[in-house]
Amino acid sequence: MYRTSLLKQTARPSVRVSTRQFSVLNNQVRKWSEIPLAPPDKILGISEAYNKDANTSKINLGVGAYRDNSGKPIIFPSVKEAEKILLASEVEKEYTGITGSKKFQNAVKGFVFNNSGKDVNGQQLIEQNRIVTAQTISGTGSLRVIGDFLNRFYTNKKLLVPKPTWANHVAVFKDAGLEPEFYAYYETSKNDLDFANLKKSLSSQPDGSIVLLHACCHNPTGMDLTPEQWEEVLAIVQEKNFYPLVDMAYQGFASGNPYKDIGLIRRLNELVVQNKLKSYALCQSFAKNMGLYGERTGSISIITESAEASQAIESQLKKLIRPIYSSPPIHGSKIVEIIFDEQHNLLNSWLQDLDKVVGRLNTVRSKLYENLDKSSYNWDHLLKQRGMFVYTGLSAEQVIKLRNDYSVYATEDGRFSISGINDNNVEYLANAINEVVKQ
Amino acid sequence: MSYFAGITELPPDPLFGLKARYVADSRTDKVDLGIGAYRDNNGKPWILPAVKLAEAKLVSSPDYNHEYLSISGFEPFLKQASKVILGENSAALAENRVVSQQSLSGTGALHVAGVLLKEFYTGEKTVYLSKPTWANHNQIFTSIGFKVASYPYWDNDTKSLDLKGFLSTIRTAPAGSIFLLHACAHNPTGLDPSQDEWKQVLKELEAKKHLVLFDSAYQGFASGDLDKDAYAIRYAIDQKVISTPIIICQSFAKNVGMYGERVGAIHVIPSTQKDEQLGRALKSQLNRIIRSEISNPPAYGAKIVSTILNDRALRQQWEADLVTMSSRIHKMRLKLKELLTNLHTPGTWDHIVNQTGMFSFTGLSPDMVARLEKVHGIYLVSSGRASVAGLNDGNVEKVANAIDEVVRFYAKPKL
Ligand SMILES: Cc1ncc(COP(=O)(O)O)c(C=O)c1O
Ligand SMILES: Cc1ncc(COP(=O)(O)O)c(C=O)c1O
Repeated sequence: MYRTSLLKQTARPSVRVSTRQFSVLNNQVRKWSEIPLAPPDKILGISEAYNKDANTSKINLGVGAYRDNSGKPIIFPSVKEAEKILLASEVEKEYTGITGSKKFQNAVKGFVFNNSGKDVNGQQLIEQNRIVTAQTISGTGSLRVIGDFLNRFYTNKKLLVPKPTWANHVAVFKDAGLEPEFYAYYETSKNDLDFANLKKSLSSQPDGSIVLLHACCHNPTGMDLTPEQWEEVLAIVQEKNFYPLVDMAYQGFASGNPYKDIGLIRRLNELVVQNKLKSYALCQSFAKNMGLYGERTGSISIITESAEASQAIESQLKKLIRPIYSSPPIHGSKIVEIIFDEQHNLLNSWLQDLDKVVGRLNTVRSKLYENLDKSSYNWDHLLKQRGMFVYTGLSAEQVIKLRNDYSVYATEDGRFSISGINDNNVEYLANAINEVVKQ
Repeated sequence: MSYFAGITELPPDPLFGLKARYVADSRTDKVDLGIGAYRDNNGKPWILPAVKLAEAKLVSSPDYNHEYLSISGFEPFLKQASKVILGENSAALAENRVVSQQSLSGTGALHVAGVLLKEFYTGEKTVYLSKPTWANHNQIFTSIGFKVASYPYWDNDTKSLDLKGFLSTIRTAPAGSIFLLHACAHNPTGLDPSQDEWKQVLKELEAKKHLVLFDSAYQGFASGDLDKDAYAIRYAIDQKVISTPIIICQSFAKNVGMYGERVGAIHVIPSTQKDEQLGRALKSQLNRIIRSEISNPPAYGAKIVSTILNDRALRQQWEADLVTMSSRIHKMRLKLKELLTNLHTPGTWDHIVNQTGMFSFTGLSPDMVARLEKVHGIYLVSSGRASVAGLNDGNVEKVANAIDEVVRFYAKPKL
């Protein structure tokens, strides 16, 4: 819905301009008054409606940010500690480089590609200067920068995204000038991955297309491919000469350990080292796994064919970013630098914080499952899903009924943010769902 | 086959190259006049006391967190930021005619302004920039697909404003063009129009119904006084001198000394009349642009600025900090001019004290600038723009002597 109306909105102005003559001293004020209203953000609308609801049992399942068992936002203790260190030691707030500081770039490379010494292939790529990493405006900013970059330099505009996918993917890539199209991913009627169709629809796409892959905790379904299934997909990628673009917004949320959630990256690194794949790109975000949401901290990495190619690509990234925002914000990236700086000894405490967060999400997921009525609906898919969401399979009508009759607020695709669930409301929620399903 | 067609390595940014040469220079008395950031009298970066106090207050407050801001940004910040630029008693604000969106500092505001205009402005799609102007202006607009033209601004012979040329270009530009104006502390020349000159400029802009885009990157840096430095903007809006849409791109990089936190805003005043429907439409379109570029703007810097602006004592501290910075820079201007006058350095040097803000357009030729670097270890960009913030009591005499030497060196053959 959001997507289709967005298409119309962006198409309209250009039509209007071409049909209207501009005469000298024609009043721009009047013409501006014809600017159409853009559709509101879905999630925002839900939060607004939730805030207005007077029902004390109301539940907000729209937000994509973690809440603790009392429904409150948290700051990871390790992040709080890093921030304390930063406040006490910071002596300047100067501009960082256009693509961020070397220290931040190296921290990301070591963390993701070298997997802290466990990925020999990634290690080799780093040593050969075949990875260009730039700090970006969190995950969204990295998706947009790579979209703009591919639009400028890659031979194909077609970009394949799973159906369904994160609500913003299509808008980001369309506005970057690419042509997003869906590939099959999920079968709603079965509440399961539709792997046969996934392969079929990918295979039917033109050679050289760009393919977007969710690294883990697929948003919104929470359903990831198994390592065996990834092998099959990567075989298609090689055969069709696709350009892999990996979106990793939830690293750590599948297993609780960020070093374990990057099987896809490690496999891609191996393929590059074996010369079976020339290049790929990774969009990475610290929004969720460090709880740095609003600080907009993330990165884009492009794996290149050679050190020379890296230099050219880095210079072009700078040229692309400079007129958009000059340089990225430093607060979040300095926190990341401190957490990965061995002298502060914070890495382990961050890993524990993250594991605790994921642990609570999984506990709540099972509690919800326990309380759901399995006699009228098969809820087993809940237990296969990973990440911050449960993709219930409820219809838009059922979601609206939950909202109207029970003050339970969620997006109409039936995606519930587990963060909004806790010991105090899980039974109320399960009961509401059971009632709505029964009807 | 290479994956990326036609990708070539670009030369590094000239400013970046300058900095690299400065860092590599082993002379202990080298001087960096290239940087666009404030330095204290010891040549060190300075975190404003108001910022340090605000950070302590913010981070220890019980509702401090790192949650996503809304797409528009941090509302308490936007509200105060619009008052800083438009004035406490702005009629446009009281009448709800201002649409504000938090941006990635000044650059981000200019970029979003460009994207918005590209899509919805039906006037002439040419942006007029002052000659010279900040290096990034050109790319910001050409990368979005605008044509860029220039209006005369700096008269190198008189080292003053070329008002005649400026006004003449306003008159001859196609009606409904876009004019970018530096609100104060013009970069790179440091030369601002007088209030009377502003009146003439704005009157001519209105006569041709040009769209006015104010770039306000140095409010408070020119005079030390936030209100004085917003003169042109407030005159245009409060007196309803301009009837076409006005866009203001506001940066808090320099005046709060938080360059890297990327705090800024774009304020659109689409009309001199109240039009709530248009305001809502504009806001929704700004949101749409932001959502597909960054989802939502960064929180920390905006919260710091908001903490300062919403606390009377911190606000006073900030205003005192602004005076500290602008008066130190002004003192250096006076000192440099005095030294050059005493040395009887050929030429006139009054422009150094007449200019405001961080920079001085010295009028030194590229040859002289090169010799300053090579012989004296003094680094500035080849246009002759010197960052006055790089001067301090410890190096200003050396700089004056060096300028004297290079000016005489190149003046000699002509004598
Ligand atoms: C799949 C996916 N990609 C990217 C993002 C971008 O998040 P951010 O820009 O906050 O890092 C999100 C956030 O919800 C997401 O779900
Ligand atoms: C004239 C002018 N406009 C805008 C900016 C934008 O700066 P920022 O993006 O850091 O706010 C600058 C910075 O140097 C400037 O000189």
